[in-house]
Amino acid sequence: MQKHNPAGTRTLKTQVLIIGGGVTGTGVMRDLALRNISSILIDRKDLNAGASGSNHGLLHSGGRYVAQDLETAIECRIEGDILKRVAANCIDDCGGMFVAVEGDDEEFANNFPNHCQAAGIACESLSSKEARKREPSLSKNIIAAFSVPDATIDPFRLTLENVSHAQQLTKSTYLPHSEVYGFDIVDGEIVATLVKDSRVGELLRIESDQVVNAGGAWAMKIAKLAGCNDVKLLYSKGTLIISNSRMSRGVINRLRLPGDGDILVPGGTVSLLGTTSATIADPNNIHPNVDEVDRILAQGISMVPALADARFIRAFAGVRPLLMTSNDVGDGRKASRGFALFDHEKQNLRNFATVTGGKLTTFRLMAEQVGDLIAKRLGSDAKCKTATQQLPSGIGVRWTEPGFSARDWYKRQDPTDRILCECEMVPESSIDNILKEAPGSEVEMSLKAISLRSRVGKGSCQGAFCSIRVTSHLYDKGVYNSDSGLSHLRDFVKERFKGVRPVLWGPQVAQMELAEALHCALMGLDNQTNARAKRKPEQNGSKEDL
Amino acid sequence: MIRETRSIQTQLAIVGTGLGGLAAGIFAKYRGIKSAQVGHTGAITYTTGYFDLLGGLLGEQILDPWQGLSSLKKHYPKHPLVRIAKEDIHKALNLFNKELNNMGIGYSEPGNTNLMALLPSGVCKPTISVPLTMLAGVKAKEAKSPTLLIDFVGLQGFSAVEFVANLKKSWPLLTAQRIAFPDMIEGQQVFPEVMARALEVPSTRQKLAETIKPFIGNAKYLGLPSILGINKPDLIHNNMEELLGVKVFEIPSIPPSVPGMRLRELFEQKFVDKNVTLIPQHKVEHIELNDDGAKLFFKDPFGDIEISCKATILASGRFLSGGLKAEQQNIVETLLNIPVTQPTGRDDWYQEKYFDPKGHNINQVGVEIDNNFRPLNTKGEPINRRLFAAGTIIAHQDWVRQRCGAGVSLSTAYQAVKYAAKVLD
Repeated sequence: MQKHNPAGTRTLKTQVLIIGGGVTGTGVMRDLALRNISSILIDRKDLNAGASGSNHGLLHSGGRYVAQDLETAIECRIEGDILKRVAANCIDDCGGMFVAVEGDDEEFANNFPNHCQAAGIACESLSSKEARKREPSLSKNIIAAFSVPDATIDPFRLTLENVSHAQQLTKSTYLPHSEVYGFDIVDGEIVATLVKDSRVGELLRIESDQVVNAGGAWAMKIAKLAGCNDVKLLYSKGTLIISNSRMSRGVINRLRLPGDGDILVPGGTVSLLGTTSATIADPNNIHPNVDEVDRILAQGISMVPALADARFIRAFAGVRPLLMTSNDVGDGRKASRGFALFDHEKQNLRNFATVTGGKLTTFRLMAEQVGDLIAKRLGSDAKCKTATQQLPSGIGVRWTEPGFSARDWYKRQDPTDRILCECEMVPESSIDNILKEAPGSEVEMSLKAISLRSRVGKGSCQGAFCSIRVTSHLYDKGVYNSDSGLSHLRDFVKERFKGVRPVLWGPQVAQMELAEALHCALMGLDNQTNARAKRKPEQNGSKEDL
Repeated sequence: MIRETRSIQTQLAIVGTGLGGLAAGIFAKYRGIKSAQVGHTGAITYTTGYFDLLGGLLGEQILDPWQGLSSLKKHYPKHPLVRIAKEDIHKALNLFNKELNNMGIGYSEPGNTNLMALLPSGVCKPTISVPLTMLAGVKAKEAKSPTLLIDFVGLQGFSAVEFVANLKKSWPLLTAQRIAFPDMIEGQQVFPEVMARALEVPSTRQKLAETIKPFIGNAKYLGLPSILGINKPDLIHNNMEELLGVKVFEIPSIPPSVPGMRLRELFEQKFVDKNVTLIPQHKVEHIELNDDGAKLFFKDPFGDIEISCKATILASGRFLSGGLKAEQQNIVETLLNIPVTQPTGRDDWYQEKYFDPKGHNINQVGVEIDNNFRPLNTKGEPINRRLFAAGTIIAHQDWVRQRCGAGVSLSTAYQAVKYAAKVLD
């Protein structure tokens, strides 16, 4: 049975292999670790590379779903309450509001408190004056307003803490840029998962008792690789934009049936406005575009007029994995309308499970149900502990929190600890700590990976200066020692550009002009591209300095 | 305090103190034209210090810029550089060079081919003229000579190790060494400007040389980030070579850049005479054009200032300098609302890929000019026969990707002044 074992393949062994480093996958990793089950978590890119890293960061009170989907609304309420208790580190319990403006459906607005009551969601009616006192940026044209217990959650910190905690509890590990290319299946069991390190090309064979597919929008593709045709997803692209200042105290939802640009969510020092929803054929290579941004903004302005003059620093897009029908083919165990857990037993696989669909707010419940199934299969009677066990915070996972780097830097009072990213006040010591302690840190860590675990490049210059400074620092530290460091820099600014491009107007155009002057005229990164492309055919190219 | 409007009467008003504006000022002075010039710092402190004529075309590096101008003409027939005779470009570059040298900053003479100038990443860029303080670096790289590159404890965004790591394959005798800058608190952040001003004091140079000496070994060249003084860099450069006994060169570093500060201070200190009024750190707020010239209005802390002139050169730059402004769907010229040639919508401003070799369309956006360098209205007619444009505000060029910033600025300034002189006669 070694047909999938080409020369040079390294073999790793673990109890459970988890595919997908989003909130669900990392949630499963921690859920299992709390049951004393160890795992290897892999992601073809890095943590939160899919929908987990491209959403509002909204911890739903459930208010959003009361009118159409009572079950999901209740689920959100219960899970939101649990997370506020166990993951307070990652949550800003800022509250939220639903508002209707002139022209919105009055009847829909009038029914809202009753719907909330049915779902058990605390909801208080506010006069227009009260609403505007709480949220001064609201439009004067409000016809109805209700407060609800919405909150915000930092999905990056959540994911990092999940991994960090799992690693503390067990021998669990996380491997970034590791993509599944096949499964070795013998007699209804996956004996090994075949993985390729997309950065260095190394092949890995991961032997595990159980395999969990938490691939989110990629779950259907992964299931098919294992020969399972029961997972059926619809891909829905959603785009959001980020302003460079916080536009409101709490969450502001439009009181109407869900549409574009109807939720404004604060995220520390910034605000996020979104989203769009468009069905797409493939979840790969999506990026936000100008039309979507203009549409979201136009909608948002009718609720919060100040958005018209706000400065937007970035847009981003994610893909929601939506379950195709509620009428499952039979072997998927339907857990709720929002998400589904497939045990794949009717597809003749005994040690494979897929979980997909769902929401950030319900990730813990999804992980719990996976944990229950896997524990049962492994013969463990350990119960789920994530509803009561606090998510512990560690220094290696706190750098995504706005202002944390700055406070830590100030406390150190070390004059030799220099600020590398001025927009977000990230000093050398934060970067060094991430290199040392952050989950998924590696010997040659890319700028992108560092940015994911910190605030680097997230301020108004979007990495124009700090990308260059951090790169130099990494060369000085010996993390980079060849021209690959410049490639990381190039990859980072290229990636940032995709998000910046659709919001380039006003002062951001000047910012972009400066960034391009730095990256091209000063650093020559555009020429480096050509040099690389050209070098390929001529093997011993003598022009490596071009 | 009584605020009263002060009036300045002059022949030529120049809006902008970037490279285009400063070049226009120099060329006007050379022709004996009385001028007044207003502008804020703008983008000049972002320069590497290198003067590019033409170094890139559709992602390819250009080694012979003069020949490159012919290829440029094929792809970009409206490019300002292809609308100017090569002799005039030559004249503009040489004259600017000569005047800079006279004022106190030496630049290498623009030649027939580009020099491959060093960048802090270790990548090289083709350029036509470099500050004399940077010239030895081009030669050291070319000859792969034994070279020591120094950087400093506490200096950000410039790593000698990074430079060496990116060049070591082709330049094995290049080494890196980090040292502490003399008299700075150990380990604390140091800034290029502060270091540059410190090196204007002979004893600091002495101390720096003593610190570097033990590391020189067999090196024939010594490289540094650009810190060799703000004023009199050539004197400081020569002195460091004497003290160290090797050839010394500077490499540009992350902005605010010392080479840019040198140019700015040079103009603020050496450029002004009885015929030249320079009002730096201010921005013209409003212009009224008339048949005999224009009136320019702005304020300083003491009140309103009004410039009356017979001709105006608009060298207000692009977005960073404030000459152009991007609204959500539309790009406008900020002072006179001159029509801006631009793509139909925002989606076409930028390519999908950051480093697309074609460059971004928004970089080609700008004002149209006639053959006398006068900006045009929507009908294609000059807006005013006494209004001229110079520098990067002119459409159909991409100074970043085509590495043609100085080339465009100097030669369009030369032309604008030439045609402005005609209406002044």
